[in-house]
Amino acid sequence: MASVALSEAEKVYIMHGVQEDLRVDGRGCEDYRCVEVETDVVSNTSGSARVKLGHTDILVGVKAEMGTPKLEKPNEGYLEFFVDCSANATPDFEGRGGDDLGTEIANTLYRIFNNKSSVDLKTLCISPREHCWVLYVDVLVINGNFNCASVSRIPRVRVLEDEEGSKDIELSDDPYDCIRLSVENVPCIVTLCKIGYRHVVDATLQEEACSLASLLVSVTSKGVVTCLRKVGKGSLDPESIFEMMETSKRVGKVLHASLQSVLHKEESLGPKRQKVGFLG
Amino acid sequence: MAMEMRLPVARKPLSERLGRDTKKHLVVPGDTITTDTAFMRGHGTYMGEEKLIASVAGSVERVNKLICVKALKTRYIGEVGDIVVGRITERRRSAEDELAMRGFLQEGDLISAEVQAVFSDGAVSLHTRSLKYGKLGQGVLVQVSPSLVKRQKTHFHDLPCGASVILGNNGFIWIYPTPEHKEEEAGGFVANLEPVSLADREVISRLRNCIVSLVTQRMMLYDTSILYCYEASLPHQIKDILKPEIMEEIVMETRQRLLEQEG
Repeated sequence: MASVALSEAEKVYIMHGVQEDLRVDGRGCEDYRCVEVETDVVSNTSGSARVKLGHTDILVGVKAEMGTPKLEKPNEGYLEFFVDCSANATPDFEGRGGDDLGTEIANTLYRIFNNKSSVDLKTLCISPREHCWVLYVDVLVINGNFNCASVSRIPRVRVLEDEEGSKDIELSDDPYDCIRLSVENVPCIVTLCKIGYRHVVDATLQEEACSLASLLVSVTSKGVVTCLRKVGKGSLDPESIFEMMETSKRVGKVLHASLQSVLHKEESLGPKRQKVGFLG
Repeated sequence: MAMEMRLPVARKPLSERLGRDTKKHLVVPGDTITTDTAFMRGHGTYMGEEKLIASVAGSVERVNKLICVKALKTRYIGEVGDIVVGRITERRRSAEDELAMRGFLQEGDLISAEVQAVFSDGAVSLHTRSLKYGKLGQGVLVQVSPSLVKRQKTHFHDLPCGASVILGNNGFIWIYPTPEHKEEEAGGFVANLEPVSLADREVISRLRNCIVSLVTQRMMLYDTSILYCYEASLPHQIKDILKPEIMEEIVMETRQRLLEQEG
């Protein structure tokens, strides 16, 4: 992500603040900023979501298409990730500038979803070895003010069901005849930045400039850690890593709980809810 | 730990919220303001094809026969005598410079200075010839649009709540703990790196959030508005001020108090 230049005195101020659990904007080390979530913003996808956190704005779209299963896993479907850092986010992303960060985030997402407990890929299978559903997940970073991996979540997806007849595949024309992909075990990524002796969640750009190392932990709703990744030039000693993992489990559970409740609330508003989208 | 997720709410336009009757005449570059050639053209307009056309995006202001367009968002334009807060990004490399200045000022440092002269291409030259200017120590920087900083006699304010603030005309606002000794001003070239007390930190964080709320609601920034906003925010927790509904509430209250004070 783009970084800001800070003077020594500002860095010292931020670091002392974190030690005392009072960050520059009054939050504690484990407090998140207010998050706005909205689903179904893009009409021609199977599922989409938009997440806004501070100045960061991310749009995720999921499209389901038919494809052939991978040779080593003939009974499962698979997911394809693509992250696009739009030039809108920062001028650094103009042209091919955003590609590196995009591939980095996409690789992280691949690793996270590469295990059986996240998404049940068997439900994506149509007929073994021949057809399966491929979910293309596209992430568009509209405005990136901090580590976007922390914000990407897979939206709820409705996959169209089909009726099979011998070797022909018929796709049901009814748009409401669909199976819902279970997203109970989909993990959330929590980014913890180490500043001084403590670590913070949801760091601002200035706080990231003071931190030498951060840990990306992907946690499911039950508190199971699926993937761990370290970023940054500095080093982390094993004790801090252990502490940070415990914090991320705690934070991850709360994150999942609030996300579930917001999504339920949105669903309960039904088809009559006012869609805000991008022009609200 | 706190975590709040919410569904987005469509924002109501400002004029509806304030109950204003007069709607501002907003234009974008290229819009025709009027075809009446009797008007004199002011800033932000130009004459083309016998029509008065806007060259900036903003609201149209009319004073008798003069029409001008006041831009909503501008880059900072320096005037002699302005106070600015700036960050050193690049420096001239010469032998004397390396020997002398590097000890005092590094890249990334923040300084406060006064505009000495403006060149024709828009570049400004700054001076820090008084002790009240110079390198800035520990504190918080908030970047806002330059059009929101009100021009006043002095831009250095020691607020009664316990912190001091420098309102740079270029939109950089610096909040710092009030130095205990009156002789030690914010300037000088030696930064104090001792830890700031928790009470001071709370004041500074609260002020920072208040300034951010005023800016989000497009209110002018000056010492009185910041102070009223601070007082209106006291019943809430510091981190709650960033929530949209509390932000609106505080700024409404501030607006009310300011109107009462004027009227």
